[in-house]
Amino acid sequence: MTIRLPAFDYLTPETLEDAAQLLADPERSVVVVGGGTDVVPKMKRRQITPEVLVSLSRIESLHGIRIDESGACTIGASTTLAEIHDSTVVPEVFAAAAGDVASPQIRNSATVGGNLCLDTRCNYIDMSDSWRQASGYCLKDGGDTCWVAPRSNKCWAISSSDLATVAVALGGSVRLTSVRGERLIPIEALYNNDGMSYLTCAADEILVELVLPRGNGRATYRKLRRRGSIDFPLLGVAISARFDDAGMCVFARIVLGGIASAPLRAIEAEEFIVGRQLTDEVLEEAARLATQPARPQDNTDTGSRYRKWMVSVFVERALGDVAGDRA
Amino acid sequence: MADHILAIDVNGDRHRVLVTDQRTLLEVLREDLGLTGTKHGCDVGECGACTVLVDDKPVLSCLVIARQVDGSSVQTVEGLAHDGKPDLLQEAFAELGAAQCGYCTPGMLISARSLLDDNPDPTTEEVQAGLAGNLCRCTGYIKIFDAVRLAAARDRGL
Ligand SMILES: Cc1cc2nc3c(=O)[nH]c(=O)nc-3n(C[C@H](O)[C@H](O)[C@H](O)COP(=O)(O)OP(=O)(O)OC[C@H]3O[C@@H](n4cnc5c(N)ncnc54)[C@H](O)[C@@H]3O)c2cc1C
Ligand code: FES
Ligand code: FES
Repeated sequence: MTIRLPAFDYLTPETLEDAAQLLADPERSVVVVGGGTDVVPKMKRRQITPEVLVSLSRIESLHGIRIDESGACTIGASTTLAEIHDSTVVPEVFAAAAGDVASPQIRNSATVGGNLCLDTRCNYIDMSDSWRQASGYCLKDGGDTCWVAPRSNKCWAISSSDLATVAVALGGSVRLTSVRGERLIPIEALYNNDGMSYLTCAADEILVELVLPRGNGRATYRKLRRRGSIDFPLLGVAISARFDDAGMCVFARIVLGGIASAPLRAIEAEEFIVGRQLTDEVLEEAARLATQPARPQDNTDTGSRYRKWMVSVFVERALGDVAGDRA
Repeated sequence: MADHILAIDVNGDRHRVLVTDQRTLLEVLREDLGLTGTKHGCDVGECGACTVLVDDKPVLSCLVIARQVDGSSVQTVEGLAHDGKPDLLQEAFAELGAAQCGYCTPGMLISARSLLDDNPDPTTEEVQAGLAGNLCRCTGYIKIFDAVRLAAARDRGL
């Protein structure tokens, strides 16, 4: 049986100003759509039923990748993941991670703006409407209980964007626009560790572009998933680090994705490795420290204990990637 | 919710179709244009049965809002054969038994055609990566990968 989309008005503004105006509609529920590879399935499952969809696809200025004098790479929100994967100017780790998202067909439609703003996911909500109705709508779905943690008053749905994790590790920033004006914020500040209000920006703000600073260190991304071909991350570990000539770590960012409602920095592990050479012992201790902020729940594929264990395994391997040839 | 006239080119033929905003490309192809070669599987982006080319790139027609591709050109499995002669991929799939129930086959053929247009001599790993978004519940994939490589070799005149 075909699952039909619910009715909505589809608007295709040609300028950012017009799009911002349309999103500020006080009368109707409006959702912005990039490639639609997340919005469309969610609407088919009646997780969201906006009255208006504002498509960004006809706004020319949102397409494309450029490098400025400082060497920073700016990626327009409507750039597709396939374009990013094929790009030779995007930081290598980001281009590679774009190629790890979903499937080839989805990457041809999916945009970087949509990926960075991807809704949080959970076993109890990414289900058909009849399933959810039978089990009782959860907190994120308009009900009053989170079925993952019924005693908590917060939603535990998981941040599942691969590129968010990498962009935080690379120290990226995002430019946001609305009728109230424009602002540039560190991408880390875009995310909120709450499955329902997982973005800190207002609902009518448009992510215009992602700015990745020129990298002068090493970076890696490792993704845990059941099928290599097409799965959301059960865990993503992104690390960027710099070393001095003696091989001592002078800067590190270790970011965990797929484990909380926002990409999570493993601050203790970061602080531990700075000022040290990445010997096997240091890697092992850093990996142990990195598991501390991780509180995976049983709300995706594979169990929470397994995923917590995998944090240490993946962080150790990822640190090995950036450590390169070490003593 | 209003009706719009969608202008799309499908397999080289120009069409004008009256659509509502919530119509997907898959619905337009199968229900408005009667092109039922493109299959309807999961409806939510997971299986690849609905794969078509939009402006030469494979996408999932179940996830595409039809108005999003207004003005584009679309190719479906019906457009693979030329002058009644099947595409080399179709011949290779038939010869090697790469289709069992056949439900995934149109999507496989479209993804494979796009892969070979970009890369005429793919390794098995490259074929696997190119078909990563197409699920098959029957064949175990081996014959599909073999058929794509056979068609590629014939395409190169081997
Ligand atoms: C089978 C399947 C597998 C998938 N696997 C992965 C995976 O492995 N990794 C992964 O990260 N994702 C995965 N996805 C999710 C999704 O396809 C990608 O995250 C994709 O990049 C989303 O981009 P989009 O342009 O299609 O987003 P859309 O669906 O258009 O939008 C997604 C969200 O972002 C908002 N949004 C979009 N653009 C903007 C903007 N410019 N400003 C503000 N808000 C905006 C929308 O309102 C919506 O809430 C998968 C999806 C499917 C169906
Ligand atoms: S029907 Fe489109 S991906 Fe399954
Ligand atoms: S042949 Fe039956 S699904 Fe592939």
